[in-house]
Amino acid sequence: MTAHLLTELTIFILAVFVGFEVISKVPTMLHTPLMSATNAIHGIVLVGAILIAGTADAPLGVIVGFILVLLASLNVFGGYTVTERMLEMFRPKTQAPKPPADGAQ
Amino acid sequence: MTVADKALANPVDIAYLITGILFILGLRFLSSPKTARLGNRISAVGMLIAVAATLTQGIVNWIVVGAALLVGAVVGIVSAQRVKMTAMPQMVAIFNGAGGGAAALVAAGELLKYVNSGTPITYDVSFTSVLSAVIGALSFAGSIIAFLKLQEVMTGRPITYPAQQVVNALILLVIVVSWGLVVAGYHPVLQWFWIALGASLILGVLFVLPIGGADMPVVISLLNSFTGLAAASTGFVLGNNVLIISGALVGASGTLLTVLMGKAMNRSITNVLFGAFGAVKPSAAGAGAKGGQNVRSVSADDVAAMLAYANEVIVVPGYGMAVAQAQHSIRELADQLEKKGVEVKYAIHPVAGRMPGHMNVLLAEANVPYTSLYDMDDINPEFERADVALVVGANDVTNPAAREDKNSPIYGMPILNVDKAANVVVLKRSMASGFAGIENPLYDDPKTVMLFGDAKKSIDGVVAGVKAL
Repeated sequence: MTAHLLTELTIFILAVFVGFEVISKVPTMLHTPLMSATNAIHGIVLVGAILIAGTADAPLGVIVGFILVLLASLNVFGGYTVTERMLEMFRPKTQAPKPPADGAQ
Repeated sequence: MTVADKALANPVDIAYLITGILFILGLRFLSSPKTARLGNRISAVGMLIAVAATLTQGIVNWIVVGAALLVGAVVGIVSAQRVKMTAMPQMVAIFNGAGGGAAALVAAGELLKYVNSGTPITYDVSFTSVLSAVIGALSFAGSIIAFLKLQEVMTGRPITYPAQQVVNALILLVIVVSWGLVVAGYHPVLQWFWIALGASLILGVLFVLPIGGADMPVVISLLNSFTGLAAASTGFVLGNNVLIISGALVGASGTLLTVLMGKAMNRSITNVLFGAFGAVKPSAAGAGAKGGQNVRSVSADDVAAMLAYANEVIVVPGYGMAVAQAQHSIRELADQLEKKGVEVKYAIHPVAGRMPGHMNVLLAEANVPYTSLYDMDDINPEFERADVALVVGANDVTNPAAREDKNSPIYGMPILNVDKAANVVVLKRSMASGFAGIENPLYDDPKTVMLFGDAKKSIDGVVAGVKAL
C-alpha cells in the first residue's frame, strides 16, 4: 500500500463517519427521498466517466467511454429529477385546499 | 518537503472539495421536510461544479462525451418526469443500476488505458479497479433483477433451486481467483479482469433472484450502498477525492438504511438476503387453506356508515394502496370524513411498501399533509382510542401473529397494533396471503370486516357512500 492510498483511505473512513452522522438525522418520512438523493449523488461517478471517455484513444476505449458516460449521466439527471419530484410533494397542513369553516374538531 | 508539497493546489481539486462540502450540506438539509428541497438543489449544484471542473481536464473526445451526456440527460429527465409515483422504486433501481454499471466500466476503462499505453500497473490500481468492477457489476445486475421483480415482469416470489449457496460460493471463488491473478499481473491481465467482471454480473443476478418482492426495500437500499462503494473505489483507482467522499457518503447511507429496515422487520440482514423469505412451503400453504372461515365480508356502504359516525379513524396503507393507486381516493375519503368531524390519521409502518418511506411519498403525492402521517411508535398507543382502523392493502405489517404466535415466521417483527382498535376494516383484493405467505389471524377477528376488491374502486365506493349519508 502506498502512502497516497493511505491518505485516500483516511478520507474515505472519515467520510463514512460523516455519512452515518448526517444520515441518522433524516426522519423515516424522508427515507425514500433520501435514498433517491444518495442515488443521485453516486452519479458523481460521471466525473470518472468523463475523464476516461474524454481521453480514451483505442476504439474499445471510446466505445466503453460512450456507454459509461451515458450510464452515469442517466444516473445523475434521472436521480436529481426523481428526488425533486418526490420532495415537491411534501407539504405541511396549511395549504390543504378545503373550506375553512367546516368545524372539524 | 518535496516540490509537489509546495506547489499550489490544482483549482480542479478545490472545485472537488467544494462539491464534497455541498453534498454533505445537501444531505444535512434532508433532515426536515421544510428544507429537503433546498438540500437536493445544493447537492445538484455540487454535482454541476464537479462535472464542469472535470470538463476542463484535457478532454479530446468532445463528441463522444457530449453525445453521451446529452442522451443520458434527456432519457434520465424525461423518464424521471413521466414515471408514476407508484413506480418510483423501480425507477430508483434502474438509476442505481446505471451508476453501478458506470463504476464498473470506469475501472475497466482505466485498466485498459494502462495496458494500451504499456504503463506498469501498480498493486493499488489493480486491486481497487477489480474492486470497483466487482461491486459495480454486482450492483448493476442486481438492480436490473430488482427492477424486473418490482415491475412484475418476473415473479415477486423468491426463485430458489437446489445448492443455491454452493453455486454462489463457487462464483465468488472464481471472482476472488481472477482478482488475485489481476493483482499478481498474470498475463493477460485484461482477460482475468473481464472474467471477474462477468462472474460478478452473474452473482448479482443469482443474489437477488431468491429474494422475495416484499424484501425489495432492503435489497434496493443495499444495492444503493454497493454503488456508492463502487464509486468510492473508482475514486481510489483514479486518485480522485470527490469520488471517494461521495461514494463513502452513499455507502454509509445505504448501509444505515438497510440496518434500520432489518430492525423494523426484526430480521437479520443475512436472513433477508439468504433466507428466501416467503418461498411457498407445503405446510404454509396447508395452513392458509384452513383460514378464512370466520371472515365477514361487507359492502362499501356499510364501511361508509361505520367511518362517518366514528370520532377517530386511522388509515393503515400498504403495498395494495400503491398497486391500486388508491392514494388520491383515500385523500378524498379523508376530506369527506373531516367535513363530518371525523379525525383521520395515517399509520406508517417502516417497511410498508417496496421502499423505505414509500407510503409517505405516495400520500404526499395525493396532498396528504405530512403532519397527519405517524410513525409506528407514535401511532401504536393511539389505536386503542380509534373507532376504526382502515387497512388499505397492508397485510403482514398488521399481523397480530407477529406479537403472539411464537411459531409464526414473522414472530417478533414490530407491527401496527391494528387489532386494538374498536373496529377494523380490511380492504383486500382476495383472501390470498401477503408476500410473506403467512396467514393473518386479524381477518378472523370478530371485530374485523373485509371489503374485497381493488383498493381504489372500494375506496371510491366508500366515498360515494359517505357523501350520500
